[in-house]
Amino acid sequence: MAAAHGHMGVHIKAYIGVFMALIFLTVVTVGVSYLHFSHGMAIAVAMFVATVKGGLVAAVFMHLNNEKKVIYWVLGLTAVLFLLLISIPMMLLCH
Amino acid sequence: MSSHDSHAQGHHEMGFIRKWVFSTDHKVIGIQYAVTAMLFLLFGFFLILMLRWQLAHPNTAIPIIGGFLPESWANGGVMTPDFYNVIGAMHGTIMVFLGVVPLSVGGFGNYLLPIQVGAQDMAFPKLNMASYWVFFIGGVIMFASFFLPGGPAANGWTSYPPLSVVAQNGQTMWLLGMVFLITSSLLGSVNFIVTGVQLRTKGMSFFRMPLFVWAQLVTSFLLLLAFPPLEAAGVLQLMDRVFGSSFFLPSGLIVSGEKLTVSGGGNPILWQHLFWFLAHPEVYVLILPAFGIVAEVIATNTRKPIYGYQTLIYSMVFLGFMSFFVWAHHMFMTGMGTNLSNFFQATTMIISVPSVIILTTLLLTLWGASIRYTVPMLFALAFLPMFAIGGLTGLPLGLAAADIHLHDTYYVIGHFHYVVAPGTLFGLFAGVYHWFPKVTGRKTNVALGKLHFWISFLAINGVFFPMFFQGMAGVSRRLYDPMVYAHVAHSQGLTVLSSYCSFILGAAQFLFLANIIYSAFKGKKVESDNPWESTTLEWATATPPPHENFPTPLEVFRGPYEYGLTPKGYSPQHLQEA
Amino acid sequence: MIVIPYVDKPHPLTGVTNAKFGIWLFLASEVMLFGALFSTLIILRTGSANWPLGSTELNVPLATINTIALITSSVTIVLAWASLKMQQIGRFRVYMALTLLLSAVFLVIKYFEYTHKFEHGHFPSTSTFFAIYFTMTGLHGIHIIGGMIVNAYLMGPGSAMWKKNPEQFTGRVECAGLYWHFVDLVWIFLFPSFYLL
Repeated sequence: MAAAHGHMGVHIKAYIGVFMALIFLTVVTVGVSYLHFSHGMAIAVAMFVATVKGGLVAAVFMHLNNEKKVIYWVLGLTAVLFLLLISIPMMLLCH
Repeated sequence: MSSHDSHAQGHHEMGFIRKWVFSTDHKVIGIQYAVTAMLFLLFGFFLILMLRWQLAHPNTAIPIIGGFLPESWANGGVMTPDFYNVIGAMHGTIMVFLGVVPLSVGGFGNYLLPIQVGAQDMAFPKLNMASYWVFFIGGVIMFASFFLPGGPAANGWTSYPPLSVVAQNGQTMWLLGMVFLITSSLLGSVNFIVTGVQLRTKGMSFFRMPLFVWAQLVTSFLLLLAFPPLEAAGVLQLMDRVFGSSFFLPSGLIVSGEKLTVSGGGNPILWQHLFWFLAHPEVYVLILPAFGIVAEVIATNTRKPIYGYQTLIYSMVFLGFMSFFVWAHHMFMTGMGTNLSNFFQATTMIISVPSVIILTTLLLTLWGASIRYTVPMLFALAFLPMFAIGGLTGLPLGLAAADIHLHDTYYVIGHFHYVVAPGTLFGLFAGVYHWFPKVTGRKTNVALGKLHFWISFLAINGVFFPMFFQGMAGVSRRLYDPMVYAHVAHSQGLTVLSSYCSFILGAAQFLFLANIIYSAFKGKKVESDNPWESTTLEWATATPPPHENFPTPLEVFRGPYEYGLTPKGYSPQHLQEA
Repeated sequence: MIVIPYVDKPHPLTGVTNAKFGIWLFLASEVMLFGALFSTLIILRTGSANWPLGSTELNVPLATINTIALITSSVTIVLAWASLKMQQIGRFRVYMALTLLLSAVFLVIKYFEYTHKFEHGHFPSTSTFFAIYFTMTGLHGIHIIGGMIVNAYLMGPGSAMWKKNPEQFTGRVECAGLYWHFVDLVWIFLFPSFYLL
């Protein structure tokens, strides 16, 4: 039982750590928005920070840093199709 | 079985409602899906028969039925143009979303997938029940839309904006119905994939699974990942219709001579991209289960292994994957520009390859086979050249230059009906006749079955083959009165031929209905659990299969199509001795 | 009696339980759902001549509070699961209650945001900006409500399973957590997309 606690203790430290990071990154992203970067730069920075935050949630909270292959395969396929969806705006510019 | 008892655990007696209405047994759910779907198929077919009358005899009262239709639909018994559009939209919607997919996936898939992998039920039986009832609600919504004052949706099964947004008809109910149907599909696909991967019995490795299971798994991935964009698009169109947003309404749109008072700024082509993102994979959802059924029937009735079992699997998987990358071949005429057209043209040509491989391997299986010309086999055999015609006629449509001439003509109608009607539907008939003895414990009438086959086969070709010539001659789709345009009136002989063949086709289905309804209750009982001497696990159960399918878990010792390798002639998967 | 295997123990080949596999498949479909909507946002924004700056139309401070609330609720729900792994059912209930509380805060703030917009005559019909704003945050909100219902069930009547099958119950809470983290993830992208750009 103590071993189980200990094992979970490592995880809980990670969860709290990620929580701090997420709050910090939230402050950063809101703060940066007041700096009024150029249009493209603002989007790039905001999406970059969001991706880091999302990545932390996915990797640590959702345990994706240590998941099974079958889940990785499903998500890999989904990622490819998601990119395809996001390419539709570019396609619409061709019309 | 006590009808007052409402316990639901273990082997306690379950009430009628719990056992047959709100059942979590995949077999009961499969039959519920199948019966509901067949009723919708009949309804969708009935609709188009009325339309075929209008085409063959424009502006003439529809016999008998015309008198019963409301004036807004049949003015003095003559179909109105508005009703024509209703039928156009609802026939397609009903056949695809309420008929074929619920039958092939919800019906056949639900009933057979757990049994063929050796499981006692689906991974999530309650979710399975929920997915049927969500489908049922979607069906009720679609059916109820016929009773709206403005009638049901009449904007094509494709519901293109701006028309679908400004239309004063049951389009909103169509969208709501679709939300339910899509949700049902999503829940079902999760169940199928988890069951197929996790609940396989001992010895049932992936490369020992029947092709029917593989087909259902690929289909489930398509449903899971391709439907959500249409659900999103449906929500957006609902927002446009109900809350006055302009997702799909461009600025400055004029309707009936007046400028629309909306914000504008939307894009109708966005709907087309999102719709076809689903609707192209959807057509592979329509065909894949039929490939699976045809493979099972051919294996059983040729008494030899399926040629190229692994090749078939890789082809189906590749087909499923590629199906996501071809959608805009439905949009060649939207001004996409050559770069985009070239991309989708190339992917479309690539995707024809696995289809050809699948057909070829099934065809090669017939070489040197000891063919049993049973009723299911007749349908499975006919499937091959019919799907070939459907597939080949798709090629000019997938080439952007040829599509300029053929888009929105009867050629397209001929193409897609060949793949779905004498294609998928024949595959489904094969499946009904093939598994009927296992589900009911009785045999169908062979003479009636053969008559059903031959009349249907000849009639269905009579309906759809002429359409290729009409399309090439420039006859457009969705024309209410063929006599209005000279070039259309010119081929009226073919139109009449199509229509009368469709009436004969309709009549032939009564043979089918009479056969299965009578046989289900009064047909000759089967003498064995495995009357076709087949190898796959569904034939190892009692007849009909008990609630838990396999009271003692089976072990699998070999692949699914080991025929003709022993004196006995077939080696069931679950028997240790070949 | 139907026996479904791999409900509380993982499958030897895949290493996951049925529920874990199932919830990830469902989340994959949700990625495609929100992906289509993000795609729509990009299309509408790039196609618009006068897309407003988020901060001029929307309340950034309130949304920032909402972001922090949702991130915190993600922590509390994973701690709820961790409590179960450490056999602490009491702690589980506390963390689940916190998750529900934070979710309610999110929804209440959203309610005030929406009513404020309506009072100022901003509706989905006003512009494509508001159309996609209301649609995406609205759909996200519906997902929050759905998650809250599941979480409340697991905290309440559903927790009876802890006595009969603790592994299966822990698995259920993990799956509910995965869904909840996904809802948080969507917001992590929604927030800057609408409010900060």
